[in-house]
Amino acid sequence: MKYVKGLKCRECAREYPIEPIYVCEFCFGPLEVVYDYTKIKKVLTRRVIERRPKTLWRYKELLPIDGEPQVGLNSGFTPLVKAENLAKYLGVKELYIKDDTVAHPTLSFKDRVVAVALTKAKEFGFDTAACASTGNLAHAVSAHGAKAGFNRFIFIPATLEQNKILASIVYEPNLVAVDGNYDDVNRLCSEIANKYRWAFVNINIRPYYAEGSKTIGFEIVEQLGWEAPDSIVVPCASGSLLTKVWKALKEFKEIGIIKKVETKIYGAQATGCSPISTAFKQGTDVIRPVKPNTIAKSLAIGNPADGYYALQAVKESGGAMEDVSDDEIIEAIKILSKTEGIFAETAGGVTVATYIKLLKEGKIDKKDCTVLCITGNGLKTAEVLNGKTTEVYYIKPNLASFEEALKKINEKKGR
Amino acid sequence: MPVKVLIPTPLQKITGGKDVVEAEPGKIIDIINALDKTYPGFAERLCQDGKIRRFINIYVNEEDIRFLQGEDTLVKDGDEVSIVPAIAGGSH
Repeated sequence: MKYVKGLKCRECAREYPIEPIYVCEFCFGPLEVVYDYTKIKKVLTRRVIERRPKTLWRYKELLPIDGEPQVGLNSGFTPLVKAENLAKYLGVKELYIKDDTVAHPTLSFKDRVVAVALTKAKEFGFDTAACASTGNLAHAVSAHGAKAGFNRFIFIPATLEQNKILASIVYEPNLVAVDGNYDDVNRLCSEIANKYRWAFVNINIRPYYAEGSKTIGFEIVEQLGWEAPDSIVVPCASGSLLTKVWKALKEFKEIGIIKKVETKIYGAQATGCSPISTAFKQGTDVIRPVKPNTIAKSLAIGNPADGYYALQAVKESGGAMEDVSDDEIIEAIKILSKTEGIFAETAGGVTVATYIKLLKEGKIDKKDCTVLCITGNGLKTAEVLNGKTTEVYYIKPNLASFEEALKKINEKKGR
Repeated sequence: MPVKVLIPTPLQKITGGKDVVEAEPGKIIDIINALDKTYPGFAERLCQDGKIRRFINIYVNEEDIRFLQGEDTLVKDGDEVSIVPAIAGGSH
């Protein structure tokens, strides 16, 4: 049963068949998957979804595949954590963390998009999968690709932290470290993709790959008891995730899974790389590229491909954009850890810090039911916390030494 | 030595399948218009009202022209121009 009609240019509406292509030949606008919602509406109901395994594939009719899922069969359906401690700390009524720090298998939301991209790559008959990445995507393509039996070419900026390199190379892909930043790697990969017939998940497979991000939106609604929240805060690099979370809510409404969507979508960026947030604040649709300079490397895309659409989604929903400093990011990582026991990577710090800023500015209501999208695990960017955590108590292996330390701890507590 | 222009896949139908073409030095916008004479339709695909379309990024020697002088960026002998669809890459 096929639920996908074809591809369509978001700009000029020209139609294209389902192929590994990603831009309109005429105006270079992005191609997007078009579904047959009338058909989907007949088969996909709350009850059908609830009976399926707890993975992202429980919404498969709204994902761009023709056959059955082939990759990432355990990915998705991460916890929606009711953040009562953090809510209390911030003085808000109802707060949830969509916790992709525990995504399977590589601990970031990229496991979702790659599950969809590589299933599609199999359907197209590719034997080699490739990507340009700042880290998380490299991990997901390396791991999912290993299990699915793909040759893998992974392109990363050479300046990436050792931890992030290790978390790709352990799966033994061909890892190529490029002397340049992410935007350089990305441009190079576009040139390589012209020449080699590989499945570049974020280039020629992009229309399919990006659809995988919708599953965060679907899951949020289902986990809230089939209701869309008042507000969702989403971190932005290219702007694709935010655009797709918004699309997910609208699709659920379209096929009658939910009756109304009154959700406001908020975009979070690091000030050191905030082209979308800057455009929002300046009230323009023109996104000026920037040279990234932030500790939030997984969000450091100076030239955001979907920035324009992210802006439209934020405005259409009545939300806002904001950006935060590196210090605010680190503080937010610590707040989330000590209140909720969730250790997020820098992008998660960006999301939490942006939420706090938006609360202070009165742009998000304290009475709102809000969901924060935490997209990756803190162990991936642990080095940013060096020298910024509380102290460790080093003692000798005897009771006296311990009690000396305990005295210090109690004194500190008393202060 | 002429200027080397890298052509992305969606434009290669216009350039007769070539992924690299050559041009004379000059401003980016003039190079595009000159290539339009050899490859009719070339300029229309890349520009709208004399401006580069929103979904196209152009690089001169690996630098985005929006960090240089945009359409007026001067391209010299031996430089490499790369045309890349903006939508490639990224996902967060």
